[in-house]
Amino acid sequence: MTSSNQYDAIIIGGGHNGLVAAAYLARAGKKVVVLERRHIVGGAAVTEEIFPGYKFTEFSYVVSLLRPEIIRDLELPKHGLKILPLPSTFTPTENGDYLAAWDDHDLTRREIYRHSPKDAEAYDEYARVMARAAKAIKPIINLIPPDPTSLSMRDMLGLLKVGQFAASLSEKELYAIAKLATQSSADLLEEWFETDALKGTKAASGIIGTFLGPRSPGTAYVLLHHYMGEIDGAFRAWGFAKNGSGGVSGSILNAAQALGVEIRVNASVKQVIVKNGHAVGVALENGDELQSKVVMSAADPKRTFLQFVEGKHFPDEFVTSIQNFRTRGSSGKVNIALSELPNFTALPFEKGHESVLHRGAVSISPSIDYIERAYDDAKYGQISKRPYLDMIFPSMIDPDMAPPGQHVMSCFVQYAPYDLEGGWNDEKRNELGEAVISTIEQYAPNIRKCIVGMQVISPKDIEAIAGITGGNIFHGELLLHQIFFLRPTPQWADFRTPLKGYYFGAAGAHPGGGVMGAAGMLAAKEILKDGM
Amino acid sequence: MIELRTTPFHERTSALCQPQNWRKWAGYFAAGSYEHTLDREYWAIRNSAALIDVSPLIKYVIKGKDAAALLHRVTTRDIYKMKVGQVAYTGWCDEEGKMIDDGTVSRLDETTFRLTAAEPNLRWLSMNAVGMEVEITEVTDDIAALSFQGPNTRKVLNKITKKSVDELKYFRLMKNKINEMEITVSRTGYTGDLGYEIWMDAKDALNIWDALMNAGADYGITPVGILALDMTRVEAGLFMLDVDYTSASHAWIESQKSSPFELGLDWTVNLDKQGYFVGRRALEKEKREGSVWKMVGLEVDWVGMEKIFKQVGLPPQIPGMAVRGSLPIFVGNVQVGYASTSTWSPVLKKYIALAHLQKPYFEVGTDVRMEITVEHHRQHAPAKVVKLPFYEPEWKKR
Repeated sequence: MTSSNQYDAIIIGGGHNGLVAAAYLARAGKKVVVLERRHIVGGAAVTEEIFPGYKFTEFSYVVSLLRPEIIRDLELPKHGLKILPLPSTFTPTENGDYLAAWDDHDLTRREIYRHSPKDAEAYDEYARVMARAAKAIKPIINLIPPDPTSLSMRDMLGLLKVGQFAASLSEKELYAIAKLATQSSADLLEEWFETDALKGTKAASGIIGTFLGPRSPGTAYVLLHHYMGEIDGAFRAWGFAKNGSGGVSGSILNAAQALGVEIRVNASVKQVIVKNGHAVGVALENGDELQSKVVMSAADPKRTFLQFVEGKHFPDEFVTSIQNFRTRGSSGKVNIALSELPNFTALPFEKGHESVLHRGAVSISPSIDYIERAYDDAKYGQISKRPYLDMIFPSMIDPDMAPPGQHVMSCFVQYAPYDLEGGWNDEKRNELGEAVISTIEQYAPNIRKCIVGMQVISPKDIEAIAGITGGNIFHGELLLHQIFFLRPTPQWADFRTPLKGYYFGAAGAHPGGGVMGAAGMLAAKEILKDGM
Repeated sequence: MIELRTTPFHERTSALCQPQNWRKWAGYFAAGSYEHTLDREYWAIRNSAALIDVSPLIKYVIKGKDAAALLHRVTTRDIYKMKVGQVAYTGWCDEEGKMIDDGTVSRLDETTFRLTAAEPNLRWLSMNAVGMEVEITEVTDDIAALSFQGPNTRKVLNKITKKSVDELKYFRLMKNKINEMEITVSRTGYTGDLGYEIWMDAKDALNIWDALMNAGADYGITPVGILALDMTRVEAGLFMLDVDYTSASHAWIESQKSSPFELGLDWTVNLDKQGYFVGRRALEKEKREGSVWKMVGLEVDWVGMEKIFKQVGLPPQIPGMAVRGSLPIFVGNVQVGYASTSTWSPVLKKYIALAHLQKPYFEVGTDVRMEITVEHHRQHAPAKVVKLPFYEPEWKKR
């Protein structure tokens, strides 16, 4: 065995969390290698030219909560990171009108006022209540989840912090949070609003990445999760990364390499090598073996615990609870290369005079019922006939995403169930693409003739390409029973695992999915705390 | 849709606004000033007649059998005592007695009121109107408003209004006509000078603007933007939401909220009025126990300023407009409060500020020091707590 295969830490998976963890470890002077199954790193945060000249931000497409301290610690701006603003949401309605919201408070109020004077003001107050709740909860995100049943000093101190935090809340905030934790997003929104398109658009953010509908309890919390990105004011990192999500991974990759991290692509992991109850290295599919003091997995929980490590190294109970971890993929992605921007009936424009709204998100979410009906299809194993779509035109935000004058379009589509009746195949993939295009066509009739090329990604494809079991975009649904000290499983939410020397730092760990980097960073810090 | 809205006077104001320094006011364009310097506009308010477009003010018409009951319940004033034609300035609070917003209530007839506000309040009003026979309509877009301020305004109005405004008393309103167009004239303003506010149908706006400009030509009528207005409202001791206080419904933390007592609005809190009103219990308690904070006027000592500036070889330097930045206030080395707006007062030739001070430092006559920056160094300028308003010409109420 050569010393070149000897490391302090091996990181399995070159997604953004894996890269962040590697960079933090290297920054602490450790010798680190990242093993990536594909030919490129980035995981679900990749940008690829599927059609020459058109860059697709293939899977993830917005930066929601990339931790500001990661940006600073790793000097990501120096390594190419630019997060461009994504300031508006445009929801065309079924009657040919639309509802828009953007980052100017007065303008948004006026726009909603057109639909309902009452909602215009409720919107303000709702945003404040949500932002206050998010602000109140946010300190917990950076906390290593304490185990409430443990008597260790660290857990006790952690619990104390959570307790202090709860005590610092006003009665109103506490009630708001209690409600958010238990309600469905539909119930919550119906308490506030009467405009269908407003409720639909808000409700949509409560179901993203879950296999639930807006009327399912627990979805209100997910709404709050999405508000987290909105409370940092000028410091917020919500937006579209230059060069798409691959731009985020690219900058972390550059930072990691500058810190001395070794990257191995086309390096598929076969198994974690365990000696004397301790993870000591990794065996690759190609027969290579690498040794290390610790191994961290940045893959999804099922791969991490059920595939890379033999079951005998874990307690049965742990294996069972990982088996029960919900990773139901419910969404797909359609990336489209366009010869020109589609013209929305509700937002006509002439070339060169695009609306500001073309630079923001377009949401097909005309009502809560619309989304619930889309869920009804999925519940019984079908692709939604009329799905919820969250679309952006990356080329309108970053002109370098497409050839001059041409465009790319990113369409997040829900629901596309992983467990499709009859299974996924080319025909079903076409059906998903057709559901998306015919849905868009209702609002932008010229969409078909703008299409130059199209990539349809099913949850099966997310699994096959990005390597996420079940194709769930958050590596496991953000449900109340799968967050905080329960993520991925009780007692093991502190990035450690029952196998000594084996760590877990990805979206399936606390604090969850999104291009956040928090799990990778927190895991790296725990690894360093344990010494190696 | 995506653009800021323009007021009904935009065709005129945009042609006049030389510096193109548009400000955003409640979703509308508002001229910062019409000239490149503020002097002439400021002095029009204090010496002749200033015409100020205040259409972006949020306005509600509250109508119905229970209209008075609703406003009595929401505001701190005794609305039942208001006569038709009377205008009352008031704040309104949440249940904890903390200010949500402030504005004027006008009693247009027995069962009709107009309420102005800085922020949208339709939801708050509707929540308080449950079970009442009352209709609340936002009329911000429908009703254009001009603030006509300055010692010559009465003469100008009398030239063109159908009925003389001579008998119109301070904080009263009257129905009137200009060129046969219906208007409401109220003897109100935000300058502490003689002045009127003219409320009209949006479609008549340009016509009335022209009539006023023609009638005022010989009296020094001057279009004035909100920057000069900002200086005069400080002189008048009038505060502004989001500048001098934070609405209880916007505040992130408790300490950002203010009660009407803390803002010096004791005279608007009618605790002797009958029945419940929102915040009553908290306000009664505060009245009993005394307020911890109070908004007061500060006059910076000029000689002291001169001394501080002399050390670097300069005469005192002061920005020529109102500054909406927080300046710490000290007694000794202890910070006892902050100034929320400060301005040079051209009429008083004084540097003045609206300041929020902790007990017991808010008593009139207290010597404090205000932080200023002199050639990039922090200094403490001596200042004294004074009674508000700073400036009140005898013709304001006459």
